[in-house]
Amino acid sequence: MTTLLEQYAEIVGKAVIEHLRQLAKPLEGKKVVHINSTREGGGVAEILHRLIPLKEELGLRAVWEIITGEAEFYQCTKNFHNALQGNVVDIPAHLLDVYESTVRENAGRLGECLEQADMVFIHDPQPAPLLSHFPKRKGKWIWRCHIDVSRPYRQVWKYLRRFVIEYDASIWSLSAFAQPLPHPLYLIAPSIDPLSDKNRDLQPNEMDAAYTQWKLDPDRPILTQISRFDRFKDPLGVVQAYRLIKEYVPAQLVLAGGGASDDPEGEEVFREVKAAAGDDPDIHLLLLPPDAHVTVNALQRASDIVLQKSIREGFGLTVTEAMWKGKPVIGGNTGGIRLQVINHHTGFLASTPEGAALRIRYLLKHRDKLEEMGSKAKQFVRENFLLTRHLREYLTLMLAVLYGAGDRIEL
Amino acid sequence: MEPFAIKDCALIAVATGERAQTLRELRDRLESTHPGCIYYHFWGGLLEPRFDDPEYQNDFASWAWHGLHEARLAERLGIIDPTEYPDLEDLRHELVEVIEEVLDESEILGWMRASQRFHFIRSQIVVLDTAVQITHPGDLSEFIGRMSLGSIFYHFIDARRRTEHGNNDFSEWLMGLGEEYAPLAKRIAALDPYFTSLSEMRRDLEGIIRAFNQKGIP
Repeated sequence: MTTLLEQYAEIVGKAVIEHLRQLAKPLEGKKVVHINSTREGGGVAEILHRLIPLKEELGLRAVWEIITGEAEFYQCTKNFHNALQGNVVDIPAHLLDVYESTVRENAGRLGECLEQADMVFIHDPQPAPLLSHFPKRKGKWIWRCHIDVSRPYRQVWKYLRRFVIEYDASIWSLSAFAQPLPHPLYLIAPSIDPLSDKNRDLQPNEMDAAYTQWKLDPDRPILTQISRFDRFKDPLGVVQAYRLIKEYVPAQLVLAGGGASDDPEGEEVFREVKAAAGDDPDIHLLLLPPDAHVTVNALQRASDIVLQKSIREGFGLTVTEAMWKGKPVIGGNTGGIRLQVINHHTGFLASTPEGAALRIRYLLKHRDKLEEMGSKAKQFVRENFLLTRHLREYLTLMLAVLYGAGDRIEL
Repeated sequence: MEPFAIKDCALIAVATGERAQTLRELRDRLESTHPGCIYYHFWGGLLEPRFDDPEYQNDFASWAWHGLHEARLAERLGIIDPTEYPDLEDLRHELVEVIEEVLDESEILGWMRASQRFHFIRSQIVVLDTAVQITHPGDLSEFIGRMSLGSIFYHFIDARRRTEHGNNDFSEWLMGLGEEYAPLAKRIAALDPYFTSLSEMRRDLEGIIRAFNQKGIP
């Protein structure tokens, strides 16, 4: 049977895997615990599902535990999430009490596992206060922040900061997100998993099913944006860009994103986009369930160009996913999109619907360029944004934290 | 003969929290920032996520263009080749000089706000012993082809700040083996490590050593 590492070696090359083995050697037998708040759904769980078995294959004793709570706990942590992303959210004191007592109960349950671990990674704010319950902890504790905290609502960050400040180090996805703390602020960009349903190669019959299901014509250009119906993703700007090119190119536009049932603003944005789309049969608005990974994969692969015309964006993993499928991306000039979309190489950065329209027309007219940029985009992701790079940086960080604090750690 | 011990390395980026929104702020921070930041913004892209064929080779030049939209400054910063400076303090001095010149030429540039901030980043390097040793220079080409990019970075880039003459480890080792290998050592030392990627560097190194093994270098 092929091991996971062997499967990745087929994609990234044996040298990359050998490098991982080298890095993992001094960490063999170390007990490494990851804690987050869910096993299913969301990017963190997706990454941990693969990282844990990979670390085990490399000889680490990797453990994944979750903390659990009642509805009010999640209500509180959802408020944290929104506030850290910049929304003004005042959280009532009783919710904060529920938050702290829930983490305390979880600390009791996870006691021995955490006390004895060589290294503990705490993901996002939900389990952040755990550390305060382990004054006799043996290992190093790292707080991993997956959220865009570039402009947090200060009151909430101030509250959470007192838990985070005690950690040995923290990890941030981009330097723009890192908040000043009196410990090393490591930077690790997120990644995608090439073996997951969202990114694996699809069979022709899976692609055919997608064309049929979504009534898409494979013989005409397809433009796609995958994202929530959120103003920051500028879906109206995408429709406008499509209108500007439609006169010249018989393109189809797909706007596909998660359901908006629990998000009143999302529903409103969806209605606005629907109104803007009017009765154009070539605009496809798709509300997808959170587990529609194969559908997202197929839509990205079916596209000629993928758009991510965000006005504000964290890292933008949908950009990474599209690039991995060999698609040039026209992205908003913001956040992590700038790291991935390199003008004239892997796609184009656009600040207006007109800018996006201009680039769409250019690429659809110059098919050779479109192919060339798509191929560069894929290679760029292969070298920089796959799970193996993410794992390499985790291992490097572990060595840095366990074996030294200086600029140079010789093992 | 002292064998050549192949090492491997990996970098991890660390945010310093220092940032600049204007050119004047960049100048001020540059004067005092940790030398590791200057190193990282010139060399870190070789091992950290960054496009292999960037518009500008260092992050300061890239910010001058993408953040300040100032092409002249970007070009002047972009041409700075870190290998020409004996140490990071000299490189820091040159950066500050170039910025000062531009500030003297244009008052508006001093306070103009960039569309994106410059974030100062440094890195930690973890060095590993691969337990592989090369005992004869004739085997060098075979081993180089199989070296990880981390090993190439360690022996060819990182070595410049470790060795007495700012040289690479391969040349240092060959020089110690006598006159016979001096031409090869010189040829490797003459390889331009800037404006290239680590895989290109590995290929070039392999090519030079193979050619030497076949017919020597006059």
